[in-house]
Parts: sequence; C-alpha cells; structure tokens
Amino acid sequence: MSVKSPKSQSDFALIGTSMRKIEGLDKSTGRAVYTDDIVLPGMLHGKILRSPHPHARIVRIDTAEAEALPGVHGVITGKDMPTTYGIIPWTPDEYPLCVDKVRYIGDGVAAVAAVDEDTALKALELIHVEYEELPAFLDPFEAVQADGSTPYVHDARKEGWNGNITKMVQLEFGEVDASMDESDIVVEDDYFFEGTTHTPIEPHCAIGQWDGVGKLTVWSATQVPHYLHRELARVLEVDQACVRVLQPLVGGAFGGKSEPFDLEFCVAKLAMITGRPVKILYTREEVFYAHRGRHPFHMKYRTGANRDGKLTSVDAKILLDGGAYASFGLVTTYYSGQLLCAPYHMPAYRFDSTRVYTNKPACGPKRGHGSVQPRFAFEVQIDKLAERLSIDPIDFRRRNFIGSDTRTVNELRITSNGFLECLESVEEASSWSDKFRKMPFGRGIGIAGSTYISGTNYPIYPNDMPQSGVQMQIDRSGRVAVFSGASEIGQGCDSVVAYIAAEELGVPLEHIRVMRGDTDFTPVDLGAYSSRVTFMLGNAAIDAATKLRKMVQAAVAKSWDVKPGEVLLAGGFAVWGPDTERQMPIREAFHLAESEFGTLGATGSYNTPKDVHGEYRGGTIGASPAYSFTAHVAEVEVDVDTGVVEVQKIWVAHDCGRALNPILVEGQMEGSAYMGFAEALMEEQVYKDADHGRAGLHNAPSLLDYRIPTSLDTPELQALIVESIDPEGPYGAKEAGEGPLHPSIPAIANAIYDAVGVRMNSLPFSPPQVWRAVEAAREAGSLSKPAEPTELAESPSAMSAD
Amino acid sequence: MLQPPIRVAKFSGMTAATEIVRLDVNGDSREAGVPSHFTLLETLRYILGLTGSKQGCDKGDCGACTVLVDGRPTLSCLTPVWEAEGKQVVTVEGLADVQGPHPLQDAFDAFGAAQCGFCTPGILCSAAALLEAEPAPSRERIQEALAGNLCRCTGYAKIYDAVEQAAARMREEPTRVGGSAE
Repeated sequence: MSVKSPKSQSDFALIGTSMRKIEGLDKSTGRAVYTDDIVLPGMLHGKILRSPHPHARIVRIDTAEAEALPGVHGVITGKDMPTTYGIIPWTPDEYPLCVDKVRYIGDGVAAVAAVDEDTALKALELIHVEYEELPAFLDPFEAVQADGSTPYVHDARKEGWNGNITKMVQLEFGEVDASMDESDIVVEDDYFFEGTTHTPIEPHCAIGQWDGVGKLTVWSATQVPHYLHRELARVLEVDQACVRVLQPLVGGAFGGKSEPFDLEFCVAKLAMITGRPVKILYTREEVFYAHRGRHPFHMKYRTGANRDGKLTSVDAKILLDGGAYASFGLVTTYYSGQLLCAPYHMPAYRFDSTRVYTNKPACGPKRGHGSVQPRFAFEVQIDKLAERLSIDPIDFRRRNFIGSDTRTVNELRITSNGFLECLESVEEASSWSDKFRKMPFGRGIGIAGSTYISGTNYPIYPNDMPQSGVQMQIDRSGRVAVFSGASEIGQGCDSVVAYIAAEELGVPLEHIRVMRGDTDFTPVDLGAYSSRVTFMLGNAAIDAATKLRKMVQAAVAKSWDVKPGEVLLAGGFAVWGPDTERQMPIREAFHLAESEFGTLGATGSYNTPKDVHGEYRGGTIGASPAYSFTAHVAEVEVDVDTGVVEVQKIWVAHDCGRALNPILVEGQMEGSAYMGFAEALMEEQVYKDADHGRAGLHNAPSLLDYRIPTSLDTPELQALIVESIDPEGPYGAKEAGEGPLHPSIPAIANAIYDAVGVRMNSLPFSPPQVWRAVEAAREAGSLSKPAEPTELAESPSAMSAD
Repeated sequence: MLQPPIRVAKFSGMTAATEIVRLDVNGDSREAGVPSHFTLLETLRYILGLTGSKQGCDKGDCGACTVLVDGRPTLSCLTPVWEAEGKQVVTVEGLADVQGPHPLQDAFDAFGAAQCGFCTPGILCSAAALLEAEPAPSRERIQEALAGNLCRCTGYAKIYDAVEQAAARMREEPTRVGGSAE
C-alpha cells in the first residue's frame, strides 16, 4: 500500500470544517424514512411466538387453530426453514425459528402473518407448543464445568467435548511467567463486567416482499445488508442474484443490528408463502431478547511492573458468558485478549479466554466489541500499579507508551499514534495536577486510556474482494451522484462520501446526491461494524472521485492548453492554479469532460493491507489498517452514605487521525463517552434466578426498568479532538465511533478510588454495589483519601516517547 | 435516499370495532376511521401517514412519540386517540411552515444534534414547548425539559447546543417562529 503524502488543512476546501449532514434536515423535519415508516399495498403484519422456557425440547407444535383464524394468512415453524445460520461462517448454530430445542426465554418457535397486528397476536395464542423442559445453564461457571449429565446448550461437536463451549483461545507472547517472577511488583485481582445491551431507540423492523416468480425483497433496519443478503439467499434457497436488501435509515444500532435476526427470515418466508408483503416490528421487550449485547466477562488479571514504572508482564484469564448462540462470539473471544496490547508496551502477555453458551439471550458485539471489558480491568490494574509505585497514573501511562510505527507484542502493526497528545490534552483540560489526590474526601478524579481498531483487516467470510466500494457519476447539471452501500446508522457515513465527492470534484455539497442502502444498485460495503466505515468507505470514495477528477482536469487542461495538474476543482469552479483569474463554472468543466470521455462515471474500492499481523493462529483477528487512541479523565463525587456516584464531567481526548467533519467526530466522542458512563453506573442486562421469579427470564425488558441515562443523568462531556494524520486513512482519518467509549468506565472507577479510597472491581457502580464496597472499606479501616504519589506528573516535554 | 415508499393506511379492520375520530392535526381538520383501542401515535403513523412521530417502546418510557397536544408535550403512545379530539395536535411535521424549517429543526441540523434521528421528532416537540414558555432557558432548564426523551446516540451535548442556538435565534427574530407550536 502506498503511503499518501499527508495534506495540511489549507489543502482542503471542505474537509476539516463543520458541515451539515446530507440527511440532517430530513431527520429534524420528520421526512426521514425508517423501516417501520414504510407501508406496502396489501401488507400483512407478522408476529413471532417465543419460548417461555430457558431450555426445552420442542415435542410438538400444533398450528391448526391459528391457521383457521379469520384474517390469518400464514403460519410457519422451524421446519419451514431448517437451515442454520450465523454471522460467523464457522459457527452457524441458529435456526430462524427453533427446530428441535429452545435455548432461552424469548427464542422464536413460530411466526404468523395476518391482516393486522391484533389478529396476529390472537393467532399466537392459538398455537399450541408442547415442550419437554430441560435443566437450564444460567451460570457460566456451571456451564464450563458441565459433564454432560444433563443436555448441553448445544450438541458437542465431538464425542466427549463440552457442548457448552463456543470457543477457547490461549495465546502467549514473550516469557510471561519468567517476566512476572522478575517483576518488582505484581498486582493481581478479579474483575467482573456485567452484561449490557444496546437499546437503540428504533426497535428492529423488517418487511419482506415476494414477487411470486422468484425475486425476494427485504427492507430491514440492519447494520449489515450485505451479510443479510447472503444469509437470506442461503436459508431461503433463493439465488443471491434474486435477493434484494434495502436498508432504510437506521434508528440507532451500536452493534445490536449487526447480524441477521429471526424477523428478517420470517418476513421473507411469510411473504413467500402468503404472496403478500409482511412486516414485523419488534416490541421493545423483543429487542431485549434479541440482545447480542455486551458479554458478561469474569476476568482475572496479573500485571507486573518494575520500580521504574515499566510494565513487565500481563497474564489474563477470562470467562465469557455468551448466552444461547455463538453470534460473533468466536471473534469476541479473540478480541477479549487481542485488543489490549496498545497503547502501552507489554514485554510479555498471555490470555486464556473461554466463551460458554448459557440459556440466556445471545451476547454479541456492542460498541467496543470484546475490548471494553478487559480495558476496564486493565486500566484499573494500571491505576493500582501506579499507586503501589507511588507514580502519578498519567505519568505511569506515558512511561509505557508503545509509540508510533511499531508492532505490539502480539505483532499487530501500529502506525499513527496520538496517545501522548490525548493524555496531555485531558491532563491540561481537567486541571489534573490541581485535583488528583488533592480534592476533599468524597471527590475524585481518574484517568484511563485505550486503543481501538479502524476496521477489521479481514472480512467475515474469507475473500479477496474489496471491503468497500463506491460508484460516482457526474451529471451534466453539475451534480454528482454517489452510489454507496454503506450503512447509515446515525454516524454520518452517507455524508462522508458526499463530503469527499464535493472536496475532490469542487462541487458544492448541496449538489451531491447519495443513493444508498440497496443491494440491487449500490456496491458492496461490508457493514457498519468494527469502526470500519469512514476508513474503508472513505478510501473507496477518494479512489472513485480521484478518477473522475483526473478526467475533468484533463479535459479542462486540454481546452486551456495547460498541464492537468495545474487545474484545481473547488467551490463550484475549475481554476487554473498559476493564475486563478482563469476559471470556468464546474458545470462547463463537466461538459468538456463528458465531450472528451463520454458519460462520466467511476468506481472506487478499498481493501486492507495484508501484512499487518502476526503469523500465528488467530493472528489476523484484531489486525486493523490503523488504530485510534483515546484518553479520558472523569471527575466524580461519591456519597458514602448512599453509595450514589455522581459523574460531574468527562474530558474525552481522542486521536481520530483527521477529523473530516469535527462536529460529527465530537458527536461520536460524546455519544461514546455517554454510553461508557451509562455502563459504568446504570446498565445491567440481567436475568431472574429461581428465587426471584422464573429462572432465566429477563429481569427488566423495558426502557423504564433497564435504565439508560436521561439528560439529567448524563454528565458534562468535553470532546478534545487529537489529529495524528494516519498514513493509510482517508485524508489521514481513523475511527471515532467506538474507541472513545472504552476509557469512560475505568476512568470513573479510578476516580471513585481517588474520591474515597474504594476499589470498584465489579460493574455497575450502582448505589447498592458502591455502598457495600464503602461499608467493607469502612470496616477494614481503609475508607479514606488515598495518599498522593511521591512522583508527580512530569511535564510531557520531559518524557521521551521511545 | 431510499425509493419513496407507498403510504397507505395499514389497517383493514377485520377484528376491531372501527369508529370515526375527528382530529385537528398540524392545522388540518382530519376525520378517520380507527380501531377503537388505537392510540394517538398509531392513528398519526398508520392512519394519517404522519410517520415523523416514532414508536420506540410503546409504553411511555422513551419519549420518541412526543407530540404537542394543545401546546403540551404529550406521549402519543399512551394517549387514547379519543383524548385528542377537540384539541390541537402538532407533530414534528407541523413545526415547519412555508417559510422553512423551525429554528429548532435548523439548529438540530446545523449542530449534528440528530445522529440516528429516531428520538429527534419527540425531542423537538419537547424543546418547542419549552421555548414557547421560556424564550431564554438555562442549560439546566433544557435538561429538565428533555428528561422525558431518551437519546441513545449523542450524549445530549449537541442537543443542548442546538436548543440554545435556536432559542437565541428565536429571540432575535420573534415574528418568525412559534406559531405552529401553540
């Protein structure tokens, strides 16, 4: 991959300035169309019958009464779609509707299509399912120790294996035990990250339409139209060329819509058997059952360091509670270890991660997939090491900075790295040195850092085709049409391709049209996951736009008899660089180009460099063309009498490479920090045990009881953009949508310690948990302001970055 | 953008008793046959085709369905449609007028206050009612006024910026705005 020479801000007309989103006004006027806003002629309404048992065999399903109900047009069960699917090609373990067993309360067993929602609901009551209940695995430790005396959640892949295990990964880099033994100090602790879920405000929704002769169309609120396209074709046995997936605007996702779901298969199948369009809209309760949210992680960390404040060795053991299906779990298991190896240099590192199935809704990828949980534990470990060594924790992090243009201990390639600037930025903005260990008892401040991928280096199914493609065409009116298959879930990717087209072709932003989200017409983009979109789509857009720009430059240069490189396209004009008085409206330039080359169009694509990871099994997982870096400082007040933690402010510094549109980058940083704060203090996706209701039932499947922060709960957030100008990123950009979530949680944990001397190793930091920890500390006599470090933070300029 | 969908009423009324409801929505007098158990939200979205108001939870927890009923922010998913008879209903579609978008709508666009945009219609209705009552609200008052509207994308920061900017503009151009929000 050739390295582009970095442009300075003055080279850009639009990039780097705050711009509106192309669909922004549609969203604020109610014109924006989401899936449930679509109504088709003759459309039926579908509903899915869900299991009341966490683990049971399906003995018999009787649908006769439901089928006989007036207004019911179709009833399907698992037998109608007996093909397993799964987002990861190696772990297809779900049926669209359960065939032999149900594996969690909420698992789908049958679906109906009827003239309206009321009739569909009535029909569900008339479906009779006979179950044979099985003992359920609700505790991951019981699941991992199971001996087969009761049925596993899934059949074991080999005789004698534990069918409750999705994936085990053990990787070791360097001499972990020897380095640990030689360390001056070792900190060891157990951590627990409770599961949380995405709760986009838009519930999942899908519409299926069948033309009666072979063509299937599905509209869906999905983050991955391409993967949905493939899985629909496979499961429903329709040629991929005859499946069309349309993605209306998506009302939030955060990873919760990044694989196929039962409703998408059900609307398709019901449309095929009824000959009518069918819509299914999840209830909010069903969104909680669909889940695929953050895995609960049980973690044990041993971390060594020397007196000079340098890390020596890291040893992690992690149990992932995966829920009923694999989802992205294979990747999650790798990510639980692979993504920890920056921004600090680790001489030796080992992780041993096991993901188990349990009879609960399946976990999957939530913003910061697989790495938010270990990052919490590790950044608290670092705080403990710094405390033990009496070193300022920001200083400790600087001393261990891994640097830029290097490799991690697990051989991932790091290029641009603005982590030191992030630390400096939050240190200064938060007045760190005036506050750390200096505020009165009850008030505290904490720091944490992190890194995240800008896209996965490899697609989910192995292939050598581009990860992202864009097509552009120039219209004689002066307009540019962009065809993009990227998934607009609120992050602004449709606008990013428009900004790039406008920048490269000199067209006003309002003259760019983006045709999006339609697998019949837009090039493949793999989806909105792993923070890949701006990076990969942006590079594809630059590729396409550059081809068009060169045609326009050549045609204008020929007409003016100058060199093509001297022709600039900007602000609606073609301009001659050496004498800017010489110019023509861009429309005329386009006419010259069309006269010269014929109809003007170009495709662009992007694929990742393939030499950025280690040559070991699993070495590709965690590899990314670039990494973002983040540092947060959180300030809190802890009420020791009630256990209430109030987060007053989070300073969020993030190295996004280059901010293509700062206002959108800030929005991603603020939204990420908010979501991390929410997980730190409030959110728990938990299930009842037998003593508190029906075992395995979701504890609170509503937005009242699963509390997410309101405007009154959310702390002040200050976004501080750091630009490292990445050599591979589009104009130097890297991701901004997931990295800035990570440090919120450990920064708050470390701030609580600074406030009252209490370590919170278990999430969430809710009043009961904090109160119990405070009481334990009070009994132990350790409830007090921790001591100031003897080695205070040095000025950043005194630090070397080697 | 997506191909324009065909919008027709979804309900074919096989199971529920249908009755005629008379509504004043965004200044239009509307009459519609609706199942007797319908909420105001269902009527707006599925009978009248006003899909700007969103359903996020259908039980009054998220605020995405917020509309103005006689100027008051109201959860339309918890409001039986009959309760809105004889009252003035304003939805997000009714905030704009022939002069263009409401200053709040413009500010939400300018500040990136709508990321996914699904909570935005409800937040705009709550904010419009606030600015109608208090032309110069403090940030704390804005936070209180929006506390019934969950946003999952923004962390609310850009939303506050947008409301404050719109309020300032409305104070400068008092004749322009607020009419349809009354």
